Amino acid sequence: MSTVPLHAHPVHKDYEGAKLGTWLFLFTELLLFGGLFLLYSAYRAKYPLEFRTGGEHLNMFIGVANTVILLTSSLTVAISLTAIRKGNRKLTMLCLGSTIALALLFLANKYIEWTGEIRRGIYPNGPALLKLPDGEKIFYGLYYSMTGLHGLHVIAGVIALSFVLDFVRRGKITGADFTKLENVGLYWHLVDVIWIFLLPLLYLAA
Amino acid sequence: MEDTAVHGHITPYRSLVKVWLLLLFLTAVLVFVSTVYHDVLAVPALLTITPLKAGLVFFYFMHLKSEKPFLKGLVFLALAFLVVSIGLTFSDIAYR
Repeated sequence: MSTVPLHAHPVHKDYEGAKLGTWLFLFTELLLFGGLFLLYSAYRAKYPLEFRTGGEHLNMFIGVANTVILLTSSLTVAISLTAIRKGNRKLTMLCLGSTIALALLFLANKYIEWTGEIRRGIYPNGPALLKLPDGEKIFYGLYYSMTGLHGLHVIAGVIALSFVLDFVRRGKITGADFTKLENVGLYWHLVDVIWIFLLPLLYLAA
Repeated sequence: MEDTAVHGHITPYRSLVKVWLLLLFLTAVLVFVSTVYHDVLAVPALLTITPLKAGLVFFYFMHLKSEKPFLKGLVFLALAFLVVSIGLTFSDIAYR
């Protein structure tokens, strides 16, 4: 009889399973935002002019700038995966750091944008919002819900990416075991994809 | 290489940068078309360029291109479900 027990290898890693699990989670995210997209389309069909006026008042420049920022952060996270697999730890950390910095920049822009809207009196029960026609109220309601929910995902992404950066620094994520980096990367790309849809729906609706 | 066999294809830096440039270009086209030719082209541009950009992120950044057919099929199924749900509900609302 063999002296080596069958479970001699103490850590069980299931690379494919982890990735599949991440994708399944992303599907639920798609349906979550999909519901809001449906709500948006239905109300836009009902109030086309009000949605157009609502879109006109949003800051398109910030919307487009944030698109460029998120697309670039997607690139840096994708580069970090290639870099760790090629054994370039320094480039991996640099790219992950850049991704976090870009995500924070995105949130800073969002803060400027939202405070601008709030100063105009556009917030739930806000004086300016209450005077608007129903369609515009719904537009701003959807604007805050969609960008707010997306913003929460960006914050979650920053936290997850910070952990990943620390794991790489401590040598827990390496060229041979990069599952955590890859899966957080997949999540981050989805956050980017959702924003790709939000740009034309909200900022280019005018 | 064993690593590639187990963990799939490594996307070269060059391809990633090319996809990023293409995404920026498509964003510029989308913004241009939506602002300059709004009345005629905004909705068609939204419905074509936006899914194309999402597709580029899925296929290259999320390396769906080099995934097994099983995972590709699952993603297709999830997206098809979303499109059908939105399509059916929307057609109900639009013709009420």
